[in-house]
Amino acid sequence: MSEKKNEAFLSVKDLVVEYTSDGQRIQAVNGISFDVQKGRTIGLVGETGAGKTTIAKTILRILPDRAAYIRGGQIIADGKDLLSLPEEEMREIRGNLISMVFQDPMTALNPTMRVGEQIAEVILHHNEISREEGEKRAGEMLEMVGIPASRYKEYPHQFSGGMKQRVVIAIALACTPDILLADEPTTALDVTIQAQVLDMINDLKQKNNTSMILITHDLGVVASACDDVAVIYAGRIVETGTKEQIFDHPHHPYTIGLFGAIPSMNVDEEYLHPIDGLPPDPSNLPAGCAFGPRCPYATENCRKGEIPETMTPDGHKCRCINLDQVKEGGIHK
Amino acid sequence: MAKYIVKRLLWMIPIVLGIVLLIFTIMHLVPGDPARMILGVTATPEEIEALRHKLGLDQSFFVQLANYISGLFFHFDMGNSYVTGVSITQDVLSRLPRTFGLGMISMLVSFVLGILLGILAGTHQNRWQDRMCMIIALVGVSMPAFWLALMLVLLFAVKLQWLPAGGMGSLKYYILPALASSFGGIAGIARQTRSSVLEVIRADYVTTARSKGLKEKEVVLKHILPNALIPIITVAGASFAGVFGGSIIIETVFSINGIGLYMMSGITSRDYPVVQGCVVILGIIFSLCMLLVDIAYAFVDPRIKAQYEGESKKKGGAKA
Repeated sequence: MSEKKNEAFLSVKDLVVEYTSDGQRIQAVNGISFDVQKGRTIGLVGETGAGKTTIAKTILRILPDRAAYIRGGQIIADGKDLLSLPEEEMREIRGNLISMVFQDPMTALNPTMRVGEQIAEVILHHNEISREEGEKRAGEMLEMVGIPASRYKEYPHQFSGGMKQRVVIAIALACTPDILLADEPTTALDVTIQAQVLDMINDLKQKNNTSMILITHDLGVVASACDDVAVIYAGRIVETGTKEQIFDHPHHPYTIGLFGAIPSMNVDEEYLHPIDGLPPDPSNLPAGCAFGPRCPYATENCRKGEIPETMTPDGHKCRCINLDQVKEGGIHK
Repeated sequence: MAKYIVKRLLWMIPIVLGIVLLIFTIMHLVPGDPARMILGVTATPEEIEALRHKLGLDQSFFVQLANYISGLFFHFDMGNSYVTGVSITQDVLSRLPRTFGLGMISMLVSFVLGILLGILAGTHQNRWQDRMCMIIALVGVSMPAFWLALMLVLLFAVKLQWLPAGGMGSLKYYILPALASSFGGIAGIARQTRSSVLEVIRADYVTTARSKGLKEKEVVLKHILPNALIPIITVAGASFAGVFGGSIIIETVFSINGIGLYMMSGITSRDYPVVQGCVVILGIIFSLCMLLVDIAYAFVDPRIKAQYEGESKKKGGAKA
């Protein structure tokens, strides 16, 4: 077990993805690298438009063709180089080795197909079994996510949002994938259902020793579900480490700003503390550190060239050249 | 669902009544005396008066209308032709199968080819396949059916002599007419299919389907097409009805003895009851098409089916 732990099951290296729109090049992902070990969960945290969903779709290679281009990088999963696999072999991986839970359960299910069929479809596609056997397994999957199998023949419009998300999760887990990409699986749900769905994903994940990439902008979700965290800003990982390292000792000014934006439960605060400014325009990223224009510690040097990755004292990685000044500035400035 | 269909069928009664009222009034307002027309310029006033009495033309408009409606609804009797004196109901029923058969063939051809072209265009947006399909569709939409029919006759019947220029008989007599009357439908359906495929192709559930590892063919047939079908059915229903309206032209060009040609001869010889009868029959066919379209919606989209069933449940609940 311990020797397996250090071996990355999924490894993303220097991934660069661009979109083109009306002749403009939109730099969505700019050199992202991270590893996921078997059975562990990494949380990708960042604002809307930071490139989180693009990373997940690139891993599955379901980006809109002719609009998105993978400019560089490598994705290795279970020893296979996903970006150079032929489409046919890639189809065998989708839904089987790697599967994905989508953000909006309201639109993620086909409204003209029975929910049971939508689960059975993926099972029958990846397993050499009879139709009856596939339908039986789909019924079992429904039960597993807490929906009576008697509702197999119903359509998505007969389900509530939380139940639809359970169906989406059942589809994703139907072939017991090794890697689950969960793209904001709880964002569209209300708070009580969020907790249920998150607990369910965690239970099922542990049962099958599944690795997971959890995409979210909710630090509370990260705290309850992740082992590792990567903070993403403008298509780049600005800080990454274990959950404890990031939550207890955030070093990057952006991460500090994110935590600073969470209102304290103990103090009566009149105003929230947002990070000033807006995320940069991805079609026109600033030179050097993309967070520079919003950063209270930014210096001339921040605008000069690529910011290298540095090791923090507690051993996690951070992309900032002014760590000493940031430390002096205090965590909650 | 059955309740809904019965309800819609009952609704057809006032619709047909409305059609009859409209066409009967228009025909009554057309200048010219049918009796004089039938007997010709040499007829004496007495002969004309006698024929007017025989045909019931000397009665008031409302009496004539009431007679026609009661004949149509209770005996399915649409009167007799002024020219031949034969029962119109019989004439229409004997010609209906040809018109209907031609309509079905054209419809099948336009539906299948239109959807295929539309899917090809929609899944290859802005590539050469798309451009080619849309050029075909543009040509189809802008070309008048009678002109296309004449050109087809010129090429295949006169020049190449592969197919008969007109008349009735075996299946090969239907090829040119079906081609001529389905081209417009193919174009309309192809354009609608392309735009609704494009609307659906970026939907989240299509991404879900891809993420399952399905083949592109399965994604299109099981996930894109069923969801794109509603507006396509609407257009197909309209072009089905259009095929019957267009049968006047097609049947005249190819001299097929169907409803269209019957109506055309009725118009040229001012045989008013014949025109009336044909319009009523076409009206009934048109409303049946619309009913079929609405029923097809329910089979395509379970949400619409639930709505229909909900409606009849509400009605049933109110009665009980």
